[in-house]
Amino acid sequence: MSERSAKLIKGATGDWEIVIGMEVHAQILSESKLFSGAPTAFGADPNSQVSYVDAGMPGMLPVINRKCVEQAVRTGLGLKAKINLTSVFDRKNYFYPDLPPGYQISQYKNPIVGEGEVLIDLKDGETARVGIERLHMEQDAGKLLHDQHPDHSYVDLNRAGVALMEIVTKPDMRSSEEAAAFLRKLRAIVRYLGTCDGNMDEGSMRADVNVSVRKPGGPLGTRCEIKNVNSMRFIAQAVEYEARRQVDLIEDGGTVKQETRLFDARAGETRHMRFKEDEDDYRYFPDPDLMPLVLDQAWVREIEASLPELPDAKKARFIKAGLSAYDASVLVAEKESAEYFEAMLAAGAEPKAGANWLNNEYFGRLNKAGLAIADGPVAPEANAAIIAMVAKNVISGKIAKDVLDIIWSEGGDPRAIVESRGLKQVSDTSAIEKAIDAVIAANPDKVDEVKAKPKLASWFVGQVMKATGGKANPGVVNALLKVRLGLPEEG
Amino acid sequence: MTTLPGNLTEFTLAEARDAVRAKKVSSKELTTAFVKAVADARPLNAFVTETPEKAIEMAMASDVRIAHGEARALEGLPLAIKDLFCTKGVKTTAGSKILSNFVPPYESTVSQNLWNAGAVMLGKTNMDEFAMGSSNETSHFGPVFNPWRARNSNANLVPGGSSGGSATAVSGNLCLAATGTDTGGSIRQPAAVTGIVGLKPTYGRCSRWGIVAFASSLDQAGPMTRTVRDAALLLKHMASVDPMDSTSVDTPVPDYEAGLESGVKGLKIGIPKEYRIDGAPPEIEALWSNGADWLRAQGAEIVEVSLPHTKYALPTYYIVAPAEASSNLARYDGVRFGHRARATDDIIGLYEKSRGEGFGKEVQRRILIGTYVLSSGYYDAYYARAQKLRTLISRDFTEAFKTCDVLLTPATPGPAFGVGEKTADPVSMYLNDVFTVTVNLAGLPGISVPAGLTANGLPLGLQFIGKAFDEATILRAARATEQAAGFAAKPAHWWRAA
Amino acid sequence: MSVDKDTVRRIAKLSRIALDEARVAPMVDELNGIFAWVQQLNEVNIDGVPPMTSVVEQRLKMREDEITDGGNANELMANAPQGEDHFFVVPKVVE
Repeated sequence: MSERSAKLIKGATGDWEIVIGMEVHAQILSESKLFSGAPTAFGADPNSQVSYVDAGMPGMLPVINRKCVEQAVRTGLGLKAKINLTSVFDRKNYFYPDLPPGYQISQYKNPIVGEGEVLIDLKDGETARVGIERLHMEQDAGKLLHDQHPDHSYVDLNRAGVALMEIVTKPDMRSSEEAAAFLRKLRAIVRYLGTCDGNMDEGSMRADVNVSVRKPGGPLGTRCEIKNVNSMRFIAQAVEYEARRQVDLIEDGGTVKQETRLFDARAGETRHMRFKEDEDDYRYFPDPDLMPLVLDQAWVREIEASLPELPDAKKARFIKAGLSAYDASVLVAEKESAEYFEAMLAAGAEPKAGANWLNNEYFGRLNKAGLAIADGPVAPEANAAIIAMVAKNVISGKIAKDVLDIIWSEGGDPRAIVESRGLKQVSDTSAIEKAIDAVIAANPDKVDEVKAKPKLASWFVGQVMKATGGKANPGVVNALLKVRLGLPEEG
Repeated sequence: MTTLPGNLTEFTLAEARDAVRAKKVSSKELTTAFVKAVADARPLNAFVTETPEKAIEMAMASDVRIAHGEARALEGLPLAIKDLFCTKGVKTTAGSKILSNFVPPYESTVSQNLWNAGAVMLGKTNMDEFAMGSSNETSHFGPVFNPWRARNSNANLVPGGSSGGSATAVSGNLCLAATGTDTGGSIRQPAAVTGIVGLKPTYGRCSRWGIVAFASSLDQAGPMTRTVRDAALLLKHMASVDPMDSTSVDTPVPDYEAGLESGVKGLKIGIPKEYRIDGAPPEIEALWSNGADWLRAQGAEIVEVSLPHTKYALPTYYIVAPAEASSNLARYDGVRFGHRARATDDIIGLYEKSRGEGFGKEVQRRILIGTYVLSSGYYDAYYARAQKLRTLISRDFTEAFKTCDVLLTPATPGPAFGVGEKTADPVSMYLNDVFTVTVNLAGLPGISVPAGLTANGLPLGLQFIGKAFDEATILRAARATEQAAGFAAKPAHWWRAA
Repeated sequence: MSVDKDTVRRIAKLSRIALDEARVAPMVDELNGIFAWVQQLNEVNIDGVPPMTSVVEQRLKMREDEITDGGNANELMANAPQGEDHFFVVPKVVE
């Protein structure tokens, strides 16, 4: 594990360090909402998934959903964080049409989860540690639609009351790459845990990024908050733009004012939204409708025992099995790819070969077709069977790709296909010698060329492969060809 | 009771229950009598919404059940419901303009419990706006008048508040019994000044689901009745364990009628010395002293106790309650229900105008107090401090209950006062709750029982305060007092057309 | 602690209650009367006293993760002063 290098950006007056912290809002996967029994599914008809509790009707009261609490604890454990057995729900009071009761039930001074950490992988094998400050539960707000009418906005409360985890990092990130890597890793962790689907397009995961700049070794600069960055692609862009904006501002003699900004994806810039002083006094106080949340240590231990293997542990295990750190990272980045890989191993695939095959052949095809791993047409057992045949020299690497294509479009069992279509590799030396002789006889001038430039032997190999319909064992062809042509053994 | 009273409206709840069960009177007859009484009593302004058709419909359905031997506990008995309880399909206003057109699509747990027991709804009673008041003078729908008037006087008196409409309805025989809510005394104080029984149960005994919230950690629903037995009976059916209310306590509801007559022999009655207030009318002291005498005569032991933080209870209450209210009332914004101001340019204007127009002065005042005491820089000095005072007040009771079983105090610092007499200065109005707020702050049960009349003929009540979930003991003590007091006076029905 | 007109205007704004100018001065007096009265709480020694965060001595009850609500858009909209196609309508909000 190599330590991270200093990530500085250049300004007119010298180097600057970027300091980044993040607040991620992750919707908890549960059937019903945090404090009501209304459904949480995305995309329903307006106001069709709203309890009177969510709508803040007179006399309504909150009752907490056990599953949501469990999911928050599970996530905290996945972040290697301290679980606070006693936590308190507070009301955050402000007026906005997407907040029917005029307050959000959140956790202020006593959150359910305390400090933890996330390890991130950077390029060139570097790693970094991002500290987690806390995780707390709170209600999501409804949605406002603005574009339907010149004078009106429309309120849909379907999302109001859905359980959110707010995950706050320490300001440990130092570059746009680190910020993006952190968010990707966090997303992988919650998807592995099954506590959030991490779907940024649907808004089930949103990030507010805090950016400030300083001279290396100097005091922390004033930070600006970039709100609601809702795509992985934009995180890095937003950070880079904002850091540059602040550096330019300071070097031009200005000062950075603490403000909230929005990221304009089309322009690739951050824009002012409001100044911090304009914000409401939230008048937090403990919600009198709810007792303190008290968890049994035994329950927390039960949850801990039920945790799946997380990316870091899985990656370590894959490396031990022979994979490179890079290949292992690629496989564990998504739960689905790791699971697919493990299914291949269970079907007997050799780890390194399996990883190479997946990363270089199968995943590429899936990406091109725009398919998710779960929707791919080839089962892990089939892929395992293909590379097993390559390993046993039953088919060549080239034929293996052909077999994959066949299964992709037609389905079928790899061994049966190889058998029925006669794709088996020919290793029989006499058959190959015959083919070699035929090629040599047809190309006498090339024979002379190759004696002068031994590297041209590959042309002959290609011709022999063509002549045998790709079925000749290329290793055997190579060896026999050299003997035939009188070429030196390769080093 | 085997004979019918002269007027069916004179029945107590328990008597009517027995008579209806014995088929001596039908629910329809009973209900019709009360519907008429309610209509005749419009000068009292006790009801915001009368529901006569619904009442008769419910009564007739009850009569069918009774005929089939399927009578439930409160079958066919006409009740009045404070307009703070959401009643499905029936306008629920909380005494406010901001909810003057609100028709809930759901029923409060407490009122649903009553309908499940077979009771009949006569209507929704008037109240101080959002339960903020001690005289029912802050209602958007006008003040309620006390059925009682001072001897030789035609001056209208207040019925107390905030459950003034319910108190008047019970006191004026407009219903068999009524529901109220009590946050700082709003059941016990009006009960005392209208000569009826009012009980605030332990916090968490009755569900708050579907009751328009004022101060979440203080609000509690309770019965307002003519007799102590009635209060026991009604409480039994109002109370329940409600999974939809996180503050509803998981304790089964006992039969409060059982043990009611067991007397007070051997019971230790605590008299808190700090409840003796300088400048209180001598009649209050006399009443209190009578109360102790009656109980002593029945075998109880009277002990003096101390509740040292009593004097801080009212100011503590007037920080905690407005703070919670300022948050609870933020939902009234003209967007999803209720009053919406016209011609507003932007969302902030919509909120400000709707609330400015929809809330009365007392409510606005308390929201501003609440917002202020929770605001940045003041939270510690006010709200946090008040919550600590609450702990001290609660500890006072815990300590006192080491040497007694129940506390006896006056219910109010005086009898009913004149309409408009105390509206000039908010603090003087707040002082009406001096004996009652401590009980809400500590979450304990309290009951007010009529104990005597002032020199000019106005009712006064005594209060019993009990340990948490010991409603049985305060009911017992109140029953013994009721027997000894022999309070039989009734207000003259001055409001009936000649 | 006492409040002045600016404070009252600010609190009214925070509470989203329109307070016309004529009512500001009287409200200042009323509030100050109340705040003066609550000052007496400062006499009490509260060192080491925990705040009473819940009257009820019990843990927060949890419910099972089941769908028991929703699907009632009509009832939800029934009291709405302004609704359209099952949306609540408000003056345009600029974000």
